[in-house]
Amino acid sequence: MPDFLPENSVGIVKPELFHFDEPLTLRSGKVLKSYDLMVETYGELNADRSNAILICHALSGDHHAAGYHSMADKKPGWWDVCIGPGKPIDTRHFFVVSLNNLGGCAGSTGPASINPDTGTWYGPDFPVVTVRDWVHSQARLADRLGIQQWAAVVGGSLGGMQVMRWSISYPERVRHAIMLAVAPKLSAQNIAFNEVARQSITGDPDFHAGRYRDHGVIPKKGLMLARMVGHITYLSDSAMREKFGKATQEIKEASLNLGRDLRAGKLSFGFDVDFQVESYLHYQGERFSETFDANSYLLMTKALDYFDPSVDYDGDLSKAFANSNCRFLLVSYSTDWRFPPARTQEIVTALLKAGKQVSYLDIEADEGHDAFLLPVPRYMQAMTTYLNRVKQEVQS
Amino acid sequence: MRADLEIIQKWIKPGSRVLDLGCGDGSLLGYLRDNKQTIGIGLEIDDTKIDSCLGKGIDVIQQDLNKGLGNFVSQSFDTVLLTQTLQAVHYPDMLVEEMLRVGKNCIVTFPNFGNWKSRAHIAFKGRMPVSDFMPYQWYDTPNIHFCTVRDFDDFCRHKNINVITRTVVDNKHRDSAVIRAFPNLLSEIAIYHFSRGQQGNP
Repeated sequence: MPDFLPENSVGIVKPELFHFDEPLTLRSGKVLKSYDLMVETYGELNADRSNAILICHALSGDHHAAGYHSMADKKPGWWDVCIGPGKPIDTRHFFVVSLNNLGGCAGSTGPASINPDTGTWYGPDFPVVTVRDWVHSQARLADRLGIQQWAAVVGGSLGGMQVMRWSISYPERVRHAIMLAVAPKLSAQNIAFNEVARQSITGDPDFHAGRYRDHGVIPKKGLMLARMVGHITYLSDSAMREKFGKATQEIKEASLNLGRDLRAGKLSFGFDVDFQVESYLHYQGERFSETFDANSYLLMTKALDYFDPSVDYDGDLSKAFANSNCRFLLVSYSTDWRFPPARTQEIVTALLKAGKQVSYLDIEADEGHDAFLLPVPRYMQAMTTYLNRVKQEVQS
Repeated sequence: MRADLEIIQKWIKPGSRVLDLGCGDGSLLGYLRDNKQTIGIGLEIDDTKIDSCLGKGIDVIQQDLNKGLGNFVSQSFDTVLLTQTLQAVHYPDMLVEEMLRVGKNCIVTFPNFGNWKSRAHIAFKGRMPVSDFMPYQWYDTPNIHFCTVRDFDDFCRHKNINVITRTVVDNKHRDSAVIRAFPNLLSEIAIYHFSRGQQGNP
């Protein structure tokens, strides 16, 4: 818990639930008759409503992007390094909107919500939602908040895909599209990892075909495995060597250690946890399984797998951007092997082909895919500089 | 404004699309945007310079010129610029070819190694030239492909490049009749404006 609130924190924040009665037709053809979105906002909307920034969350994110819910919180929101007074997304100048996406499990309508038609949990019956569906729901939220055009829509990874979709589906409603650690669509390898995650969940005996709530259990082991495999793809080899290679024992040279620190200082010659990295993954998996809904995880991975804005344009992404009217900033991170720089560059190339205004940074960072969530100095500097410019635009 | 930029900007059409290879802090693109309403993009590799571009609202792509311009569509820019960078790339000939592919016309500036000061440095001192303008030692210089005005003229002929304008100036970017009379000996900076030559007209 924070003993005191740092000066550059947005402070104690309170999420707000927005209810929508207008039915939302999903890409699958199914219809959500009504739904709720859980939303947090930071900063003040200016008089001409031009200073709003939308934050799109990634796979396991939610609306709580910055600040604390109470002084008892151990950690601030997931992107607190980037959002706050004096931070790159400066809440003294911008009105920041962050929501939990449909199908999520942090308050917005999702598999753990009650289906008004049946009076019981949606569970596995919650329709598969896509990035496009999320963006439509986010546009309705913008309408509700009286925001005609976002100063910027910002997101990393799956969040970056939402940003891309915004620039395509609502070209007049976005001034700047900022995409971090993003790819134009998943590769077979990306989908393969997602399928392993899904199989671990659905193969858990406690999954009960998604009706686990009715049995008073959760597929804990499956979710844990799903998170463990996901987590490996978020880190880089170098980040793991660094994190688990403190080399206090027999191997003094960290470079020779390769991140092989032992948990108990010696090998067990059994099948229990020997290495720190194993213990870390267990801990991460366990913590995640206690807070995240398994059906939501399945949905989020499907949204990733299905994302491909070029599909409506004969596979030519540049055509998808034909009507985009915003300026683009894309950032990749050198050790990201989930969406390596070359994948982000595919988007840059498509934007250049479409004749769009785009800036692109290839950041040297050891932290892998997760780098976009971390205060990598050069990345933070570039965000600050870019958004400063956006601020000047919306103020004048 | 940098003196070479003063010369270059005369060749840029208002409202045209400009690609600046090695755009530095974005000064030229900023000037062209503000005075010629151009739509510009810069390529740059240096982090600090990229940040300067972003601060000016100049679009910049972090990209190594030695890896080519494969991400740019043919003939997608009116003008492609390469100022004081030709001598620092691995394959100047390939980069110029790429410039001609991407741009309808191109502008290249480079330090003229045929200048009398460079010649004197080698002839009398027996050492590679080091000056305020090119302050590097042979082992740490980024400039790995020096050429002279005469070399570049030959290059353009061999490569079927149509030189629209050749301007030669001293290191203050001053033009004079004397320099024009002996360009390879007296000029310190050469500025070429060129396009692809006609087919079958080498």
